[in-house]
Amino acid sequence: MSGQPKRKRLEVEDIGDVTVVNFTDKKILDEQNIQIIGEQLFSLVDELGRKKLLLNFSNVEYLSSAALGKFITLNKKVNTAGGKLVLCSIDPQIYEVFEITKLNKLFNIQKDEQAALQAF
Amino acid sequence: MRQPNQDGAYEFAIPSDPLEARRVQEAIEQQLRSARFEDKEIFSIKLALEEALVNAIKHGNQMDRAKSVRIRYKIDQTRFDIHIADEGKGFDPEDVPNPMDPENLERPCGRGLLLMRHYMTEVVYHPPGNRLSMSKIRNGRP
Repeated sequence: MSGQPKRKRLEVEDIGDVTVVNFTDKKILDEQNIQIIGEQLFSLVDELGRKKLLLNFSNVEYLSSAALGKFITLNKKVNTAGGKLVLCSIDPQIYEVFEITKLNKLFNIQKDEQAALQAF
Repeated sequence: MRQPNQDGAYEFAIPSDPLEARRVQEAIEQQLRSARFEDKEIFSIKLALEEALVNAIKHGNQMDRAKSVRIRYKIDQTRFDIHIADEGKGFDPEDVPNPMDPENLERPCGRGLLLMRHYMTEVVYHPPGNRLSMSKIRNGRP
């Protein structure tokens, strides 16, 4: 990451008091990309003080276990800050990854953005 | 474009660079599509391959570009087989904590092996743990 410009990996929008995050990448792979996505997500909580986060996966076709690790860390940060993290619009093939790893029990996962906004 | 050997297998080495691994994954995906593997099978193989190559480059070779990852794979109408070897000291898969145990559920690491085992028909780490064989056998195929 030495001096390279960081491409924006997230589209962030506020709906009421909920911060909605869309991923610009279809594939959340690659150590460096995942690192940048992690930093950008963590800064929403650590630097901007956002407490209600909604991750919308509608654009995501593929992710690896390293990406799951970042979402777990984000979940801890949000919980520690007294906030809430909700995930939504996860492709069935990717949802299976959450099921296999039992992370569907750790995360609050909703069918679509509307249902997710109501889950806060 | 790499050429297969007499057995129809591709065998080569790449440096410990995620971009090189990405190229291998893309070439394999293309060949799986040509061999008429289904989308779900390709998803499974891609995911397992991603985890295996990240393990070899990051954990095995510690991202040292001077160290290489040896790859041998073969695709036919009925199965996909791959052998991946890194230059690391290896590991014992039994030592990896079960990420599904409630006390480990919030650990950010340790899920790659679980996913590989789920999505592939067979996953074998050969002692000392720096060599891996994985196979995907296509269901209901001749």
